[in-house]
Amino acid sequence: MTTADWPLWEVFVRSRRGLSHTHAGSLHAPDAEMALRNARDLYTRRGEGVSIWVVPSAAITASSPDEKDPFFEPAADKPYRHPTFYEIPEGVKHL
Amino acid sequence: MATAAAQHTARTPAHDARGGAPDTDAHQRAFDAAIAADERIEPRDWMPDAYRATLIRQIAQHAHSEIIGMQPEANWITRAPSLRRKAILMAKVQDEAGHGLYLYSAAETLGVSRDELLDKLHSGRQKYSSIFNYPTLTWADVGAIGWLVDGAAITNQVPLCRCSYGPYARAMVRICKEESFHQRQGYELLLALSRGTPEQHAMAQDAVNRWWWPSLMMFGPPDDESEHSAQSMAWKIKRHSNDELRQRFVDICVPQAESLGLTLPDPDLKWNEERGHYDFGPIDWDEFWQVIKGNGPCNEQRMAQRRRAHDEGAWVREAAAAYAAKHTHDKEARRG
Repeated sequence: MTTADWPLWEVFVRSRRGLSHTHAGSLHAPDAEMALRNARDLYTRRGEGVSIWVVPSAAITASSPDEKDPFFEPAADKPYRHPTFYEIPEGVKHL
Repeated sequence: MATAAAQHTARTPAHDARGGAPDTDAHQRAFDAAIAADERIEPRDWMPDAYRATLIRQIAQHAHSEIIGMQPEANWITRAPSLRRKAILMAKVQDEAGHGLYLYSAAETLGVSRDELLDKLHSGRQKYSSIFNYPTLTWADVGAIGWLVDGAAITNQVPLCRCSYGPYARAMVRICKEESFHQRQGYELLLALSRGTPEQHAMAQDAVNRWWWPSLMMFGPPDDESEHSAQSMAWKIKRHSNDELRQRFVDICVPQAESLGLTLPDPDLKWNEERGHYDFGPIDWDEFWQVIKGNGPCNEQRMAQRRRAHDEGAWVREAAAAYAAKHTHDKEARRG
């Protein structure tokens, strides 16, 4: 088994409590435990994190860039979903 | 860095199937428009084959340079003059390994495998920066590398944070943040020697004398002889020309050398009021090409050491794989 057979893992780091985990990068490792240790050494050498997730890259399903327009289109023509769509008389407070 | 998931696994069939498809023109137009609008290209976007090949070549060379670059400095870890300097040097060398890994990951988003990249390094089919084919003869060389070699690298790399290829740009943001420590520790080390005994001062001056010209060569050949420059600038992989970056580096270094109390080994170095830059003497490009061709002082040693490290690490990779396999097996057995 060479590193080619080591799966790729995506690394997510929570930089401090109260924030969500953010994608930091990826790495190869033979199993989840080693992936966590490698992620610590690779992505948190300067205290960048208080918590790490590693996820097999193969387990992630992504939308295709080719489908970008039609896939996200339903959101494009609904400006009434934004608060700025509505006209409110001047002087009305707390709204 | 960068690899937003699934990119690795998804790209191969999707991309290769698309090559030569009738909608290539539309893809090319979308790509050109994204570059013109200063948008980033992401791994699963369509991109011209030559753009992909150029990025693989450049990112691989960059990654290999970080990995080979550990050697000249690691040479001094066991002989660092104090525990403080030793801890700093170990942290720096570890950073270089990290930078190599960020960059290999970025290269992999383009569809090459880690093993393929390592094979190409080990067989000499891909290059690393020729600066690392110079020897580190004294402790002061560790300082000169930090100040000049990392300084030149930062000058090159800061514009790469805005490179058109997303994963490469993101890797560079992280690397540039960390390089700043590398440069400052080198400067501080040289300053300590420069202000030390006459022998220490001479040692610092000697190191700067040897590293100055090779550092200027790190920016690559002059613009009119640089074969990839024009296309890379059009693709916004590169943002400034070799000569422009080299001049920027010289302008930065001259006052820094004065503060160090050291001189730069160039009798032609002088302020040009008209240009608003320092003029500097001719670079020995014959030496540059000789080192690239494999005739530098340490080419063979660096490659031999890299191959040996890889071969001698084989048992570690095997043990980790065996442990992972056993672990998975045990888990399944318990579940079953």
